[in-house]
Amino acid sequence: MAIAVPRVRAISPRRGSLARREATAFYLFIAPWIFGFLVFTVGPIIASAYFSFTDYDIAHAPKWVGAANYQKLFSDPIFWKSITVTVHYAVLALPIGLVASIGLALLLNLKLPGLSVWRTIYYLPAVISGVAVALLWQLIFQPSFGILNVFLYTTFHIIGPQWQYDSTWVIPMFVIMSLWSVGGGMLIYLGGLQGIPTQLYEAAEIDGAGAWRRLWSVTLPMLSPVILFNLILGIIAVFTYFTNAFVMTQGGPNYASYFYLLSLYYNAFQFLKMGLASAQAWLFFLFVLILTVIVMKTSGRWVYYEGEQK
Amino acid sequence: MSTVARPTLDTRGKARTISTLAWWRRRSVRGNFGRAVATLVVAIGAIAVLFPVAWMLSTSLKTTDETAAIPIIWIPIQAQWQNYPDALTAQPFALYFRNTAIVTFTSLVGTLLSAALVGYGFARLRAPGRGFLFVLVLSTLILPPQVTVIPRFILFTKLHWVNTFAPLIVPAFFGAAFNIFLLRQFFMTIPRDMDEAAILDGAGYLQIWWRIMLPLSLPALGIVAIFHFIFSWNDFFDPLIYLNSNNVWTLSLGLAGFTASYGGSVYNLLMAATLVAVLPCIVLFFIAQRYFVQGIVVSGVKG
Repeated sequence: MAIAVPRVRAISPRRGSLARREATAFYLFIAPWIFGFLVFTVGPIIASAYFSFTDYDIAHAPKWVGAANYQKLFSDPIFWKSITVTVHYAVLALPIGLVASIGLALLLNLKLPGLSVWRTIYYLPAVISGVAVALLWQLIFQPSFGILNVFLYTTFHIIGPQWQYDSTWVIPMFVIMSLWSVGGGMLIYLGGLQGIPTQLYEAAEIDGAGAWRRLWSVTLPMLSPVILFNLILGIIAVFTYFTNAFVMTQGGPNYASYFYLLSLYYNAFQFLKMGLASAQAWLFFLFVLILTVIVMKTSGRWVYYEGEQK
Repeated sequence: MSTVARPTLDTRGKARTISTLAWWRRRSVRGNFGRAVATLVVAIGAIAVLFPVAWMLSTSLKTTDETAAIPIIWIPIQAQWQNYPDALTAQPFALYFRNTAIVTFTSLVGTLLSAALVGYGFARLRAPGRGFLFVLVLSTLILPPQVTVIPRFILFTKLHWVNTFAPLIVPAFFGAAFNIFLLRQFFMTIPRDMDEAAILDGAGYLQIWWRIMLPLSLPALGIVAIFHFIFSWNDFFDPLIYLNSNNVWTLSLGLAGFTASYGGSVYNLLMAATLVAVLPCIVLFFIAQRYFVQGIVVSGVKG
């Protein structure tokens, strides 16, 4: 029966009912996602918008307070501190991580011997994540007998800082820790590099382009969509930075590592200020939206998609 | 120009000399030197990456005095294997292990089932609104779940699900955007002839999904399963919020609680417990490395 072949576009008498049957099946198949999307995403976003205008501790009914939560946040030095801390970490960790992971990927892309061994080693930390990583690094950064400070002292005669107990060194400490897991990004960039057609390099070489020129004019532009994607994910990851800070410093010393999500968590689940924390969650949601729009709008200037018409 | 002469052989084997600069300019020499430097840099980096893991292993076998010894002791005088049973019985780690396994495997079933169903719908079935709905799926890709954590917590509190595994398991049955996307992309690479033949044989969509699509998609399902396993096994934020009493704790909570109750004095036991906790992930990683590499590349490049 010809009508059993879905690609046939010609309208036959039974085409309509068949299409309807297919459409019904489609909605049945994606029903789990629609339900989850409404109950776990859309519903909560609307609900938290409402809660953000209330005083709510779960035990008692929410009480409407207008914009008081937002006013409280904007005049709260600790809220601003949590933003400063998060941004401070982001401006250090993101560029350093970007350069390190692209750099490593470029090196591995030189067809070095033992590629799969290097790949395995560099990716290993991504598998050990969460609390285990925090505990391990807590020991490494232990100021008096941790291996880092002992190494600094015995090798360079430098007395290492107090790391997690020192408000100026706690963020650099987290940045150093973040370098341990550049392997995930490296693998992504390596995949991107391997997707760049070799003819481009051959053409560039014929035109007399040196290694640097090829990097700037061929490799990085071709890699830019991947960089963009990782940059967005990286910024969001910084704003959800939690486990390491919670386990190692609880936001201290003196709020020096009070990351945004940490402050949201304490407000909601320690002080039961659900309204205030909802306001924080909503500001975060707006930030993600604005960020996405900005990046998408400006990406045309620096992201090159192959096959794009100019 | 440098004038240091270097003896070298040309193609006919005749000795001749060229200047250093010309020698340097020769592609093969420069290439080999560059690759040697690159290998060295990569190797140093790899040692730096392995260093903390080796340190963790070493510490887990030390006596308490040795953990704080200066200069650093890398190989304990006598390996303290007793640290492992000691650490694991200091807290009910067997129970935490069991709890973590229950949460991880049940949510794994939900993750695979829901993502495969929804992914199949988007890959194969045509319906009005499909394009728009798929854009919606993609748009939730970058929305961090922490944004909606408070209303979800309130909902689960009202349902009396706090201190049960339900908040960690049930949402997995409703499809995560990234997994849906990954499986949809994979399903689209399967030739349609297979489905069409099955339709001619009178198979329904559910049968096609179960008998044709799933068996052909084992590599993609493997990628989803592995990433979910690692995520769920190590997850800390959700268990922290939903599991308060320690008979339902997962390993992450147990480890965090271990430091809280013992402080920094028992690093050897702490590292022993930590190693045991992460062991399933490390074993999985070495067994299924190929899937990891594929999964990462797909997620980054196609995303």
